Amino acid sequence: MTAQLVQPAKSEPPRTVAEVLAQSQVEAVMDELDRDLVGLAPVKARIRDIAALLVIDKLRGNLGLAAQSPSLHMNFTGNPGTGKTTVAMRMAEILHRLGYVRKGHLVAVTRDDLVGQYIGHTAPKTKEVLKKAMGGVLFIDEAYYLYRPENERDYGQEAIEILLQVMENQRDDLVVIVAGYKDRMDTFFKSNPGMSSRIAHHLDFPDYSEDELLRIADKMLGSMNYRFSDDAEAAFAEYVALRVQQPNFSNARSVRNALDRARLRQASRLFAERERALSRDDLTTLTAADIRASRLFQNREALAPCR
Amino acid sequence: MMSHHGSRLTQGQFSYLPDLTDEQITKQIEYALKNNWAVGIEYTDDPHPRNTYWEMYGNPMFDLKDPAGILLEINACRKTFPNHYIRVTAFDSTRGWETPRMSYIVNRPAREPGFGLARQEADGRQIRYRISSYATDKPEGERY
Repeated sequence: MTAQLVQPAKSEPPRTVAEVLAQSQVEAVMDELDRDLVGLAPVKARIRDIAALLVIDKLRGNLGLAAQSPSLHMNFTGNPGTGKTTVAMRMAEILHRLGYVRKGHLVAVTRDDLVGQYIGHTAPKTKEVLKKAMGGVLFIDEAYYLYRPENERDYGQEAIEILLQVMENQRDDLVVIVAGYKDRMDTFFKSNPGMSSRIAHHLDFPDYSEDELLRIADKMLGSMNYRFSDDAEAAFAEYVALRVQQPNFSNARSVRNALDRARLRQASRLFAERERALSRDDLTTLTAADIRASRLFQNREALAPCR
Repeated sequence: MMSHHGSRLTQGQFSYLPDLTDEQITKQIEYALKNNWAVGIEYTDDPHPRNTYWEMYGNPMFDLKDPAGILLEINACRKTFPNHYIRVTAFDSTRGWETPRMSYIVNRPAREPGFGLARQEADGRQIRYRISSYATDKPEGERY
């Protein structure tokens, strides 16, 4: 809505890329994306490409060069914790700024929200979700669970068919983003060619490097008003190096969980000192001891699976 | 007034205007959503003005952000009941209101026969009046 409000004058539609960018303030969102999200270079590049296409399309439209509105349904693949949901949210914002979705909200669902328990239950359920997502972005996490080839009476297929119909007929009303592990999404698309052909943009989210994970940790701590002491920073770097080798490693999510556990330990450490007056520094600092108390360090030789 | 000349049913908002276009309906729904009212779709083939309880088409729709979803439902309802009256209501659940705040017809039968007025002479030459739609002489489902 704001995009329409700041439109200068109806008689003069924007002619330059800069004008469209200024008008939609989409650049602010993209800069935010660059600043807030560590790494993810290929994803960011791809989003810029898509945004560029939309801007140019807008300029073409202003000159009456009508083209079919581009298909914006997307597929985000990547391991857990690589930022798929976060980017989807930003994507909704960008599409909203450029006027391709009217409201710009994100409705995140999984199989359970779409597929019913018994005959006749699925269609209303899926439609309900679609109605809620209209004007925004529908984000289907782990979309491959919709399709269960081992059970031919599974209702997932019904949900897929309704989705396909809406993805095709109501492109202007909603954008669908499906997400999940790369290999499983590939199988999903292979067995659902209809879905595959309706999704134009495939974005692959790479795993974070250790360095990037540390920067993510810093950002997370900053937003929670905590900080590492100097030795804690070194300890956390060691922790991350160990953690990435563990099974069930889920990138940024694992980092967040590790930080949450460190906060717990810091809290009980301070809690034990009943009589001490706690300064601001005490309350905000995570020490090396808080990090090194992790089970990961204790089982270092054994390298037992750690959650 | 139940229907004006030409027998057009006049109930709810905008009923003296020509039928709303989909674009106009969308704007009205937008207004309801902006006020956080839950929008519902109802249909009937009994247009008596005291028939306030129309059948619901699906559930009332909560938590919607955009009118497109509701228009989708309206069109589905029109397809199912092309010759019924269909209205859109917006329910305000705010304490103290708890009532429909909007109600307007979005679909009507191709031919509306209008209402007949019957007079009954009662005690002391008193007159009682009764109105009924000519359509309701026929059984439910075969009226229009």
